[in-house]
Amino acid sequence: MTTITLEDKERRRAWGFVAPALLWTLAFFVVPFLYMAALSLWSRQGRDIVHVWNFDNYLRFFSENALLRGLTNSLEITLTVTILSVLLAYPLAWIIAERVPKRLQRMALILAILPFWTSYVVRSYSWLLVLSKGGVINQALMGIGLITEPLEIASNRTATVIGFVHFFVMLLTLTIYSNLVQLSPNYRRAAADLGANAFQTFWHVILPLTLPGIMTGAFLTFVLCIGDYITPQILGGNNELVLPQIIMLQIGRRADFPMAAALSIILMLAVTAAYVLCARWLRIERA
Amino acid sequence: MSTSIASGAARRFFTSVATIALTAITAGQANATEELNALVWCDHTDPALIEPFEKANDVKVNLKEYEGTGAGISILEQSQPGDWDVMVIDAVDVHRLIDMDVLGEMPASALPNADLFPELVMEANNGKDGKTYAVTEKFGYNTISYDKTKVDPKDMEDLSVIWSDKYKGRIALYDYYLPMIGLVQLGLGKKTADLSDADMPAIEEKLSAMKAASKQVSDVVSSQTALATGEVDILVGGGEWITASLAKDKPNLDWTVPKQGAVRWAQSISVMKESKNPELALKFVQYILSPEGQARLATSSCYWGMPTNQKAGDHLDAEQKKALRWDDQAGYLKNTQLYPIPTAELDKKMQDAWTNMMQQ
Repeated sequence: MTTITLEDKERRRAWGFVAPALLWTLAFFVVPFLYMAALSLWSRQGRDIVHVWNFDNYLRFFSENALLRGLTNSLEITLTVTILSVLLAYPLAWIIAERVPKRLQRMALILAILPFWTSYVVRSYSWLLVLSKGGVINQALMGIGLITEPLEIASNRTATVIGFVHFFVMLLTLTIYSNLVQLSPNYRRAAADLGANAFQTFWHVILPLTLPGIMTGAFLTFVLCIGDYITPQILGGNNELVLPQIIMLQIGRRADFPMAAALSIILMLAVTAAYVLCARWLRIERA
Repeated sequence: MSTSIASGAARRFFTSVATIALTAITAGQANATEELNALVWCDHTDPALIEPFEKANDVKVNLKEYEGTGAGISILEQSQPGDWDVMVIDAVDVHRLIDMDVLGEMPASALPNADLFPELVMEANNGKDGKTYAVTEKFGYNTISYDKTKVDPKDMEDLSVIWSDKYKGRIALYDYYLPMIGLVQLGLGKKTADLSDADMPAIEEKLSAMKAASKQVSDVVSSQTALATGEVDILVGGGEWITASLAKDKPNLDWTVPKQGAVRWAQSISVMKESKNPELALKFVQYILSPEGQARLATSSCYWGMPTNQKAGDHLDAEQKKALRWDDQAGYLKNTQLYPIPTAELDKKMQDAWTNMMQQ
């Protein structure tokens, strides 16, 4: 006769709770991912997908400059956006957490995230109108006599970066703010007691303690930015393609799903690499 | 055999607005006795076009919008036979569907071929072995759109302006490789129908010069925005479908067919072979081709284009006709050529050339 121990019951109960999430992940991530990985090893010939496994799609990616440039463009833009967003978001989060009265902080946060309430596409086109030759910025600069010819700030990488930074500064502000407000004021008092000035306190105490918030926000920014093709499409003027745009070209124009799958795997590897670096750095910092 | 993997034009680039419109269309017809499933481009999602048919026939038309022939074929491959009753596709890609054996034959006698512009009947594109599988429903030109207050309209009569330095940084290139490469071919003094591998080096050289002279490469919305805001003064590859809907607010925008000619786009409509209701599907095709349907389709909120039925003119007002250049069509039809129809291999080379140009 089998004896069911209390431990077995607990284990079964735990599996009962975990199983739905596991099944969900299996059905909507693992299986599609494995299919995509397999698809990336097949190839499109004419109208048919040939089910012969090879690395042709990956070899093509590394041998064609236009495709490889998609990845380098993506990485350059994403890193620029992430760094700029952190540099802008940190002071903003700090001002909200430290300088805005407690009763007004909620309102300040709502104002900070207000741009999220607008459609992403509409916001990108709005930026196009702001940055164009006849847009608000050029008109204002020409109006006050700072420039005589409109600046070329639309339909290029600058416009793409501006559009992205506007979006992601808000995201980073939230993650850094939530980290800042959790810090005990005792850290500052202790640093001051030990003779640290305001800058030393920030550099040696506050900044390291808010690194988890910065890294979490930076990673989210990286993932969302590198996977986006709408902003580069609208604001970049298609003057340089990023990887997601090239994936869209394979699907929409060529119906070359194997190549699109291979490019998606490469995109996922870039995101995974960013995660590993992020996680590793946080571990080192904690150690 | 037509094996081009042509994408749908970015004129069919849509935002969620169209989806909302689709929901609105279908929601209002919840009690209809019959249903028709149509795979279409965005111009067909205009309630002004669909509702009269639904009311007249007590039918609910379920519209699924797609962008690009590749995407359309993928939808078909993932569907069950009978899922779709009607499909709209690039006229030059009809043979791809014929080869897939998904199109039903339409009796020529049921179609108003005699009323269509003769150049748009396109028997070779829309049929095979004497059988008709599709009919051209709308057309227009990929040519040169411009702001006539900022450029010399005479310069726009010569296609070589697209790779000259005179308007450097003031040109937008329409992001669709097929008509654009067709335009370059015309600019080189050759026919689009003759385009072959041998032409590609010269075409790539001109594409490179075009990119160097341009400000951006863009879809329909961005192109319109750029022209309307003055970001660029010229759009290469644009035509009436870019400027017509802006005619009221932006009378400074114009378009022309240069002396070397322009590329003619055309879209066809078909009844699916496995349609569950082929009679109703044919009725829908007949409605779209009727003078009233054609006028509504031509002036659809998504994008404008010329109706193929010459009688549609009776249902367009003077302003609409002016925007569409109704009276100039005879000359334009004579001086324009269809998209190139490349083999699969050449098509890939063309797409690679276009991608390389964008990454330049």
